[in-house]
Amino acid sequence: MSPILFWAFSALMLAFGVSVILNRDPVASALSLVASFLCLAALFVGLDAFFIGVIQVLVYAGAVMVLFLFIIMLLDLKAEKRRSFNKFALLGGAAVTALFVAGLLKVISAFPAGAKPFPALGVASVDDVRQVGLAIFTRFNLPFQTVGVLVLVASIGVIVLSRRQLK
Amino acid sequence: MNPLTLNHYLLASGLLFSLGFAGVMLRRNIITIFMCLELMLNAANLSLVAFSRFHVGADGLPNYNAQVLVFFIITVAAAEVAVGLAIIVALYRARQTTHVEDIQSLKF
Repeated sequence: MSPILFWAFSALMLAFGVSVILNRDPVASALSLVASFLCLAALFVGLDAFFIGVIQVLVYAGAVMVLFLFIIMLLDLKAEKRRSFNKFALLGGAAVTALFVAGLLKVISAFPAGAKPFPALGVASVDDVRQVGLAIFTRFNLPFQTVGVLVLVASIGVIVLSRRQLK
Repeated sequence: MNPLTLNHYLLASGLLFSLGFAGVMLRRNIITIFMCLELMLNAANLSLVAFSRFHVGADGLPNYNAQVLVFFIITVAAAEVAVGLAIIVALYRARQTTHVEDIQSLKF
């Protein structure tokens, strides 16, 4: 990936991430999150993970965020815009986040294996989907089927939860 | 311009994670908190894919185990979002609020 593209997309991704936090309106937050996910998908494609990039756009920026927007518009969240930030939450959150970022910088500066440049791939073009599919259906077959059961259980759970009278 | 290294991606991923973390700490709207959780999950995905790309094996291919893990994370996250939003809707029906400070009892 060219460094210019990396810097552009990661800066955009982080800028939209900030906009998710700072927007009062949940709809604006959700749309910023979509934009952030699209930039993240671009970073995935730059890392030669084409399948993950496509999945990111289809599942996250598509399905999951449509679900979010649907729920936000279903609930009436007008009252949220009048609320102000809690001062203690603001201070505590900023302090803990600053500590986290300081720890992150310390770890990254002391990680010599991370300083090696981008390695070249041994093949001309990566047949990415085929490789991921092979890995899923051979080495990770049992986890794959377990995840299938998990999704089934989750969808049944959602139906049970969204029935009218929950008693 | 300096060539890209693994640390660049780890830094971007860590900053995205801390943004999500800050959002969970600062925001009091339960749906925004949920969106910030998604931000943190995606930051983990970015570092996994970066590790995968920077670990080229003897056959000249990236390490696909990490990408399979990202695939599973995305699947589980989609299920988690569905269940979480159903819980939020049920909560809203019972309490008419999505503000975490209005919800102070464990049982009602």
